[in-house]
Parts: sequence; structure tokens; C-alpha cells
Amino acid sequence: MATHFLGDTAVLTGRTMRHVTRSMDTIITTAITPIAIMLLFVYVFGGAIDTGTVSYVNYMLPGILLITIASGISYTAFRLFNDMQGGIFERFQSMPIARSGVLWAHVLTSLVANVISLVVVVLVALLMGFRSGAGVLAWLAVAGILVLLTMALTWIAVIPGLTAKSVEGASAFSYPLIFLPFISSAFVPTGSMPGPVRAFAEHQPVTSIVNTIRDLLTQQQVGTGIWTALAWCVGILVVAYVFATITYRRKVS
Amino acid sequence: MLTAMNIPPTNSQSQGPAIHVRGLEKSYKELRVLRGVDLDVARGSIFALLGSNGAGKTTLVRILSTLLKADAGTARVNGFDVATQAADVRESISLTGQFAAVDGILSGRENLVLVARLRHLKDPGAIADDLLRRFSLTEAGTRRAATYSGGMRRRLDIAMSLIGNPPVIFLDEPTTGLDPEARIEVWQAVKELAEGGTTVLLTTQYLNEAEQLADRIAILHQGRIIVNGTLAELKQLLPPAKVEYVEKQPSLEDVFFAVVGDTGDRDKDGDVDKGNQDRTTASNRK
Repeated sequence: MATHFLGDTAVLTGRTMRHVTRSMDTIITTAITPIAIMLLFVYVFGGAIDTGTVSYVNYMLPGILLITIASGISYTAFRLFNDMQGGIFERFQSMPIARSGVLWAHVLTSLVANVISLVVVVLVALLMGFRSGAGVLAWLAVAGILVLLTMALTWIAVIPGLTAKSVEGASAFSYPLIFLPFISSAFVPTGSMPGPVRAFAEHQPVTSIVNTIRDLLTQQQVGTGIWTALAWCVGILVVAYVFATITYRRKVS
Repeated sequence: MLTAMNIPPTNSQSQGPAIHVRGLEKSYKELRVLRGVDLDVARGSIFALLGSNGAGKTTLVRILSTLLKADAGTARVNGFDVATQAADVRESISLTGQFAAVDGILSGRENLVLVARLRHLKDPGAIADDLLRRFSLTEAGTRRAATYSGGMRRRLDIAMSLIGNPPVIFLDEPTTGLDPEARIEVWQAVKELAEGGTTVLLTTQYLNEAEQLADRIAILHQGRIIVNGTLAELKQLLPPAKVEYVEKQPSLEDVFFAVVGDTGDRDKDGDVDKGNQDRTTASNRK
């Protein structure tokens, strides 16, 4: 079976990609929430937030990108849930194909759909005055971190996608993920927060990831923060992958 | 009623029964769904598994199609053990579950091409076109399957199961939720399958469906096969028929087809209607 893994996964990914391209509205809705938040913060709250020499749109874009991914993966869970409900999942499982290919197809599709949404959000940010003098290497590093984070959150999304009892249940898990950037350095420097909130904000994954992306885009010294950010991404990825795989095994056996 | 418990000599895969089940048990926590099922299905036959809702039909089909593991007992499909040779079993079977397992976002043709590619067949496009023709779906082939009627979706579902000519096909309640016309279309498809040499295990809660289609019928009740035989054998279980003279009243089904069946303009949804003659013969048979 292993010999067919790549081919089967490619065929199945082609299928799930059609689900995305035939409902481009999901890409739009994925991008609309972060774009609305971006408009709100840049044109309403942003004026009152002191971010030093960095312009506010440049300051908050990394956090917006994280929110984009968090809202994008809820569709991954949704698509997987629909497959589970519709019976097509069982059809695939009863066929002589690489079984894990079904899951990987959803994961790869999630990655592509999120990259498209991220590009849309960055384009809107450019219209709103976002500028970066970062070089190719810095951009590649930013892209790498975002891809890694998308994979990590996608594997989290697989779990409710496989186990949810209702559509609402399948996508509700992403709300806390969307909310997490608000209690971080994404929109407001943590220095202004009261002690316990600040302690939480500075030690949760979003802050280190956002700071690293921001430093890369504004050509600052990234320092050791990048390792903290990568450790969070890889850590979440590994844990989520292990739990998702266990859930999947339980489902298919 | 019970067949001998000794295991027959293991023949080569082309001989022996297509499906061989002994002592199969499955429980969901406290609930004992299957309590020792014994069953043999001969190659190329249509075998109907009758039972009310919750009798364990779907559980049995899920075990035979490697989606579920049994707690005890053995099951072989096409000579392969479902537990230890699951990959070989999957090469030998196709499953059409209770809910039409088609991808509603893809077109009918794309659904067929998808399955053909996953079965690593040459020229998936030609296979798809051929099946669309056989199941009278050619004109609907480019439309999204989500727009299909229940009967069309079932036909597409069954067509997807035929790709790669698996020797054994499981049809789990293939006509549940279908209107009478669509039901007869499905019956026709199943009959053609068996004529082509495919073994069909079909579950149903409609007694006349088993009567119409099956070479052998088994009744699954409370987790056990309580009766297993041909229609004639099952009828002999009851006292011999008395001869009574009764005025033959048309059944509602006869009326339905007399009124609807022969008008031939049912294809408002693009469903080319080739099943008309079949339907007439089927309803006239009584």
C-alpha cells in the first residue's frame, strides 16, 4: 500500500482542492474576519496605541496573519466533518488505497487554502499602507513560520473534524484560537498590561511567533525569540499530529 | 438450519464461497449486536440479509468491508481473512453504504474518475463515460452530484462501486429512502451485476426486495441468523398454501406505475429514462 501513498494522496488532494476552488466564498470568509479586525484596529483603535516608531499597520499585521490561519483551519475541520458524515469517507476506507492519504489530502488542501487567504490579507494590508523593506531571506523565514504554524493548527483542526457530532462542534474549536492573539503582543505592546495578564501574554505562543515575524518584516534583530517561536510551532505540530493520528486510528479500525 | 461448524478445506481463492462467516460477534459496550453469525455466500449469487432496524445488518457489512473489527469469530471475503488480510479484502470488494457515498461537490463524471484513479486503472475517463452510459447518467454527468435526485445519486453510487470489477459487492440498504421508480432502477442494476458474475450481499428491510432479487435469503434477528435458504425453502417453513379464490385487486404500486410509469417524460431533471420497459415488466409480473 505504501507504494501508492503519494499517488493516492495526490488524487485525493485534487478532490479536496476542488472543494476549495468551487466554493471560493470560503476563502473570502476566511479572509474577511481578519481584514475587518485589521480595519478596526488600524483606523479606530490604532491611533490610541503607542507602538513607538513602527507604524500601526506594520505593527499588527503579524497578529492578523495568525488570526487568518486560525479562521482558515475551521474550514478544514468543516470539510473533514462533511466527509465523515457523507459516507464518502467510508467508501475510501473500504477501498484498496493508502488510508492515511485521505487525511493528508485534507491537510495539504488546508495548507494551500490558507496560503491563498494569507496572500489576500497581505495584499489588503499593502493597500492600507503596510510596507516592509525585508529581504528575500526574511520573507522566506516569515513564510516558513506561517506554513509551520498552519500545519500545526491544521492537525489540531483534524481532531474535531473527525470527532465532532455537529457542524457547529466541528468549527467552534477555532474561536479560542482566533481570540488568543488579543491577549498577546499582537495588537498592544505587553508592557501596558497588568501583571498576571502580561505574564500570560508574554509566555503564550502567539507573542513569540508574532514578535519574530514582526522583527523579520521590520528588519530588526530577531534574537533568540525565533527559537522560542519555532519550538512552539514544532511542539504544537508534533502533539497535534500524534493526537490526530491516534483519533484517526480509532475511527478507522 | 445451522451448518456444520467445522471449517471446510481451504481451497484456492477462486473456489469456495465468496463470503464465509463463522461465529462472528460484536458488541458496542453492553449492547451485543452480533451474537455468533454464521453465513456462506456462493460466488456469483445475490444474497439478501433481511432484518429490522438495529438487527445488526450494517454492523455485519462494516465488519466484512474491513471498516470495523469483530470481537470474536472469523470472516473471509474472496478467500481473505478480514482481520489479517484487510488489504486483500479491500482489493476484492466494493461497499455502497446506507447513505449514497458520492461527492456532491464533484460532478457525476468526476466522482467516477476519482474512484477509477484511486483503483489505479488505465483510462479513467473512458471507464467513467462507459458507466455513465450504462446507468443512464450521461446527460447529467457534468452536473454536480449534489443536484441529482435520490435515485440518480444511488445509481451513481452503485456505478462507483463497479469500477475495477470487484468480485464482491456489499449493498447496505441500497433502496432505503428511494421512491418506487428509483427502487426498480436500482434493482435492475443489481440484477445486471449478478448476471456479470459479481457476488452481491445486500441488506434490506423490504421483504419484496429480497423476494425480487435474491438467490438466497437470510434473516438476521437479535444478532443471529435465524433462517437461511432460498425463497422456496423459506416458504416451506410455513404450512402449505391453501387454495383460495380472491378477486385480484391492483396494488397501490400497480396503480402508481399505471398512472406515472408509462408517460415517459420523467426526465425533467435531465435523467434519461431508459428504465421504463424494465419497470413495466417488473410491475406486471405479479
